Amino acid sequence: MVAIEQDRKVTQLKTAAMTETTDTPTEHHVDLAVPGYHGQEVELGRETVGNVRCDNAFMVAENVNVYYGDNHAIRDVTLEIGKKQVVALIGPSGCGKSTFLRCLNRMNDTIETARVTGNILLDGTDIYSKQQDPVALRARVGIVFQKPNPFPKSIYDNVAYGPRIHGLAGDRSELDGIVHSSLERAGLLKEVKDRLEEPGTSLSGGQQQRLCIARTIAVNPEVILMDEPCSALDPIATARIEDLMDELCEDYAIVIVTHSMQQAARVSRRVAYFHLGYLVEVDDTDKVFTNPQHKLTEDYITGRIG
Amino acid sequence: MSTELTTRQKVEAGLARRRRKEFTFRLVGMFATAVGILFLVIFFATLLGKGSSAFSQTFLQLNVEFNEDVLAPNGELDLIYADFDGLIRTALLNELPDVSGRGERRELYRLVSIGAGYQIQEMIAQNSELMGTTQSIWVPVSANVDMLMKGNIDASLDESLRPLSDWQIGWINKLDQAGRLDKKFNTALFTNGDSREPELAGIKGATMGSFFMLVVTIALSFPIGVAAAIYLEEFAPKNRWSDLIEVNINNLAAVPSIVFGLLGLAVFINWMALPRSAPLVGGLVLTLLTLPVIIIASRAAIKAVPPSIREAALGLGASQMQVVFHHVLPLAMPGMLTGAIIGMSRALGESAPLLMIGMIAFVVDVPGSFTDPSTALPVQIYLWADSPERAFAERTSAAIIVLLGFLLLMNLTAVIIRKRMERKW
Ligand SMILES: Nc1ncnc2c1ncn2[C@@H]1O[C@H](COP(=O)(O)OP(=O)(O)OP(=O)(O)O)[C@@H](O)[C@H]1O
Ligand SMILES: [Mg+2]
Repeated sequence: MVAIEQDRKVTQLKTAAMTETTDTPTEHHVDLAVPGYHGQEVELGRETVGNVRCDNAFMVAENVNVYYGDNHAIRDVTLEIGKKQVVALIGPSGCGKSTFLRCLNRMNDTIETARVTGNILLDGTDIYSKQQDPVALRARVGIVFQKPNPFPKSIYDNVAYGPRIHGLAGDRSELDGIVHSSLERAGLLKEVKDRLEEPGTSLSGGQQQRLCIARTIAVNPEVILMDEPCSALDPIATARIEDLMDELCEDYAIVIVTHSMQQAARVSRRVAYFHLGYLVEVDDTDKVFTNPQHKLTEDYITGRIG
Repeated sequence: MSTELTTRQKVEAGLARRRRKEFTFRLVGMFATAVGILFLVIFFATLLGKGSSAFSQTFLQLNVEFNEDVLAPNGELDLIYADFDGLIRTALLNELPDVSGRGERRELYRLVSIGAGYQIQEMIAQNSELMGTTQSIWVPVSANVDMLMKGNIDASLDESLRPLSDWQIGWINKLDQAGRLDKKFNTALFTNGDSREPELAGIKGATMGSFFMLVVTIALSFPIGVAAAIYLEEFAPKNRWSDLIEVNINNLAAVPSIVFGLLGLAVFINWMALPRSAPLVGGLVLTLLTLPVIIIASRAAIKAVPPSIREAALGLGASQMQVVFHHVLPLAMPGMLTGAIIGMSRALGESAPLLMIGMIAFVVDVPGSFTDPSTALPVQIYLWADSPERAFAERTSAAIIVLLGFLLLMNLTAVIIRKRMERKW
């Protein structure tokens, strides 16, 4: 919190000396002038500023476009997600963060009108290729949704569902072990260990969200996508989830959508700022928060947008 | 500020009007409900008033001598051709010794139902030791006597205007005073098939026919309907073809039922050469009839499953099949079952299509299988309602009561299933 305040001051100091984002437009390149938030026009180019590449890239999105019917929701986004790192997606509401996130494990396949172009590689293989089974993909790339959505089954069955369908546990005791450790890591075990047979829907909103996180990590995915996982949580539970992310990112890649700058600053190694479907800026978290390259990013993180 | 109304004043100004509207709406609603309930009460009251008497039947107590000379004239009992009626007649004459002359006797014999002879036959068949003994047994009286005892025949009318003669009425009064006539529960109504004699006519044949038909219908239409609904909702690509199918299914639900009867006649009987009047064919026709209802109800139930549940399962890596069978189906099942039971109760009450496939035949035997000729409850009601005998009128009402009882039971089951299964949610 304090760090952010300081960051803001730094940012404001640097505003005067801001380098204008002047990406040289190529001919097939449609530039879009969007109204800025202080009256002046801000150029929103197709080129993302900052650094979309990273070392040790595990998931690579190249020139991804997503259309919902005629609605062009994601415009030519290129982004690499490295192993053992947390990437935070930030941006105003409706800018396409969830949409981009859902591309990464092909959840957009389930939306009739959605169409995805471009390449997304997971560990070098194209996840949108014909050979790729979305079922296998989703076991490797887990997702936690914006709204908690536990199954109307017992808490135990909620967490055990993924391991069961993928046959991850040899016997009942192994399954018990997975369920308990997943609940523990999601910071929920203490609250529910005596009522594992009660329906998951009987939990509070925040508990449900942690149940959903437990359910996702029970499958042991390689990449975890989290869509505002803490929007329904109190600060204690949020801290727990953030600790969990710290812990998980030692093994996995994590992509998190968040509306909280503080959270992004706390948990992520890199930050990607989306605006109207464009990926405006990506860089290391401290760079983005201390020295944003793009006017829109700066406006957003200093609280002048959204 | 003085001329400008505040928000609060504006709200308060409109409040009286809003309250009045709400009050009138409630009043109209209450009135509509009351009218509905009133008609229902009238309907049930008349039905019960007309039909309840059919649940009892007048019986006559006779001392029947199981005379060996009559039953086995040459020492051998012939269970089929033995003169059981003769025993009844003798017993009747013993009861009223002053009856003489052929005409008078014949009228006397008509007091007792022809079912009495069968009753004796059955007794002997079950216990041959009765031979030679005299037993006091209750036998059913004929329908006209029963009607007189129930007050449905006016004895004060001129003889030519009523089905019973003065003599017969005299004998009945005599027997009644001697305490020989008594009303008992009409078991024949539930254990017999149809009959030309009202006092012997029962709904068992029709009930069994309906039962066999519904078994066929539920066994076919529920799995097919649910499978079609799942396919259309979860797997079928949404394009012009699926739109066309959807429109057609909705239209099928509105097709007059008799058209399905014609279809059944053409396809199942004429083309597939299945037997006429059989519950199998009836069940197939009713399957066609209920399929659209079940498909529509099932699709609605599937649609009502929140998409977030589907996403959750898909996000964990469940296949489409697993999503459907682990999550969608359990949640949609109460709605599907309710739809199925509503479809079934519609099928149970349907008569028009059954007329087309010959289930209106007069069938005395209780059907024992899916291919035996039979009728169905609503058709039986139609047949009895068409009969001129006064005694059939009350049986018609009784059959309607039984049919309504079944429908009520089915709808109750639907409600209970829904309540039971929804609690999990
Ligand atoms: N299922 C859908 N069908 C059609 N359009 C959609 C669908 N989901 C999202 N969109 C559109 O795509 C754009 C991006 O939406 P998205 O949900 O990705 O935004 P977001 O950045 O996650 O916003 P928020 O922060 O409010 O969650 C919006 O314009 C939205 O209207
Ligand atoms: Mg979102």
